[in-house]
Amino acid sequence: MEWETVIGLEVHVQLATQTKIFSGSSTAFGAEPNTQANAVDLAMPGTLPVLNEQALKNAIMFGLAINADINKKSVFDRKNYFYPDLPKGYQTTQMDEPIVGAGTVEIQLKNGSHKTIRIHHAHLEEDAGKSLHEGVLSGMGHGSSGIDLNRAGTPLIEIVSEPDIRSAEEAVEFAKKLHSIVTSLGISDGEMSQGSMRFDVNVSVRLKGEEEFGTRTETKNLNSFKFMEEAIELEVERQIDILEDGGEIIQETRLYNGDTKTARSMRSKEEANDYRYFPCPDLLPVVIDDSYIEELGNNLPELPDARQARFVESYGLSEYDAGILGGEATTASFFETVTEQCGDAKLAANWVMGELSAKLNNEEIGINHCPINAEQLGGLISRIKDNTISGKIAKTVFEAMWNGEGTADEIIEAKDLKQVSDTGALETMVDEVIANNTEQVENYRNADEGKRKKMLGFFVGQIMKASKGQANPGMINQILLKKLND
Amino acid sequence: MSVQPSDIEKIANLARIRIDEQAVPEVVDRLNDILAMVDKMQAVDTSEVEPMANPLDAHQRLRADTPTEIDQREQFQAIAPEAEQGLYLVPKVIE
Repeated sequence: MEWETVIGLEVHVQLATQTKIFSGSSTAFGAEPNTQANAVDLAMPGTLPVLNEQALKNAIMFGLAINADINKKSVFDRKNYFYPDLPKGYQTTQMDEPIVGAGTVEIQLKNGSHKTIRIHHAHLEEDAGKSLHEGVLSGMGHGSSGIDLNRAGTPLIEIVSEPDIRSAEEAVEFAKKLHSIVTSLGISDGEMSQGSMRFDVNVSVRLKGEEEFGTRTETKNLNSFKFMEEAIELEVERQIDILEDGGEIIQETRLYNGDTKTARSMRSKEEANDYRYFPCPDLLPVVIDDSYIEELGNNLPELPDARQARFVESYGLSEYDAGILGGEATTASFFETVTEQCGDAKLAANWVMGELSAKLNNEEIGINHCPINAEQLGGLISRIKDNTISGKIAKTVFEAMWNGEGTADEIIEAKDLKQVSDTGALETMVDEVIANNTEQVENYRNADEGKRKKMLGFFVGQIMKASKGQANPGMINQILLKKLND
Repeated sequence: MSVQPSDIEKIANLARIRIDEQAVPEVVDRLNDILAMVDKMQAVDTSEVEPMANPLDAHQRLRADTPTEIDQREQFQAIAPEAEQGLYLVPKVIE
C-alpha cells in the first residue's frame, strides 16, 4: 500500500512591537516575572483593551507579502477557556472576520521544484502567560504552579495554511519561508529559541489516489524546524502502523517531546474544548480604508523572493546560493555588507555559506549573534584578494577573529602571517626544496606532461610547509615550473 | 431549538458555574423559554441585514506602540491570594 501524507500548519508568530496588543505594557524579553503585566493584562475589573496600531500594521504587512485579501473590516472575538495563564478566562482573537484573508506562499524544494501553499487566513490575537511548574523554581515544592504574565497580551499573528503540504520536507520549507518573510518584513524577530515562532501541525494519511482526507491529529507547540520535522515523521509512521494493522486513527491533540523523541496524546476530541466564540464587546470592529493598506504596501521592505532574484541578477549567484543568502534578512544584509567591503560577491558568498555558516552551526549561534561582523569578514576577504594572505592562512585569521583578536589587518600583523611574495625569498625556498629532493626532481624530469602535473603538488606542498603556508602559491607555481623545467 | 438537562450540565461545566441538580429543571425551562423567543425572532427576514459585531456605530480606536505602563507588581501581588519569587501561585496545573 502506498500512503500519502496530508499536512496543514497553524503558525503563531510573535510580532516585534514595543508594547502589548491591547495595553501599553512593554513586551521586552527576559524581564523579571510579572513586572510587565499591568491591570489590563491581569484582567482587573473595569479595564478596557485598546488595539495597538503597530500590531495591526504588522498583520496587514504580512497579508500584503503573501498577496492576501486584506479585510477592511475585522472583528475580535472571545475564545473562552479556563487556564491560570489566561487571567481573563478568554483569549481575544479573531474568528469569523480576521484581518488577513486567503493568500499564497511559494516554496522551493531541495530537488529544485516549486510549490504553492495556500494560506486560509491569518488573524491577530494575544499570547497567554507562562506557567512554571515544580522543579523549575527552587522552594516551590508545595504543589503549586507559578504564573508569569509578562507574555500575556503579547501580539501574535496566527497563520493557518490549507492542507496543501505533502511531506515533512515541504512543511519545513514552508515554515522556513514564513520565517524569512516575517523577518524580512521586520514584523517579528523570528527568535525561535524565545518562542517567537511556534507551530501546530495537523497530520493525516490516506491511500495514494484517495480523494477523502484521513482522520487527522494535531501536534501542538513545536518551537523549532527540527522538532517539527521529527514530530511529523513520527506521527506519519504511527498513523500508517495503526492503519496497516487494521486500526483507526483517533482525532486528538498530541504533544511531542524533542528530548526523548516521543509523542503522547494530550486530549481526544470527545473531551475537546468547546470555546463558545462570540464577538468581543470590549472592542469595536476594526475598520481601515484602501489608502491605509496602499501606504503600507508602498513601503513594504524587500521580500525574500525578490531578494533572491536580485542576488542572481546583480551578484551572479546561482539560484541555490541566492536562496540561502537571500532567504533571511539578517544573512542577506550580512552578505551584502561583506560583498561591499571586499568587492567580490563570489568570494563573499563562499565565505558566508562555507566557513562562517559551518562555524555558526557548530557553535549553535545565529548570524545576528556572530562574534565576527560583516565588515571584519569583508576585510579578511580583501586581504585574500590582494594576495596579502593565502586562502589557507585566511582560515587561521578567521579563527583568531572569531576569538576576538581584532581585525584581519591587526591579526595578520600581530601573528606575522603576511604572504611571502618577494621573488628573491621565494626563489631561495624553491632552490632549497629542489636541492633536498633530488630523487623526486629526477623522477619529475623523466615523467610525461600528464604525470608532471600531479607530481608538482609534492613540491608545492614542501614549499608551503617550509614557509608555514605563507608562500604565495601562484608565484611558487611559476618559479617552480621554471626551475624544474630548466 | 431546545436544550436538555445534559446541555445545561455541559455548559455549566465549561463556564465553571455550579448549578445544583435540583435547580437544573428550572434552568432548562427558563432557557427554553428564551430559545422559543429566539425562534420567533428567526421569522424576521434578515437576508438583507449585515451581521453586527457591536451595537455602537463606531470603529475601534488605535493606540500608538509606545510603552506607557510602569511596573506595579508589588501592588498587584499584595492583593493576590499567593505570590512567591515574583510569580502568582496557583494550584498545580499539568496537562
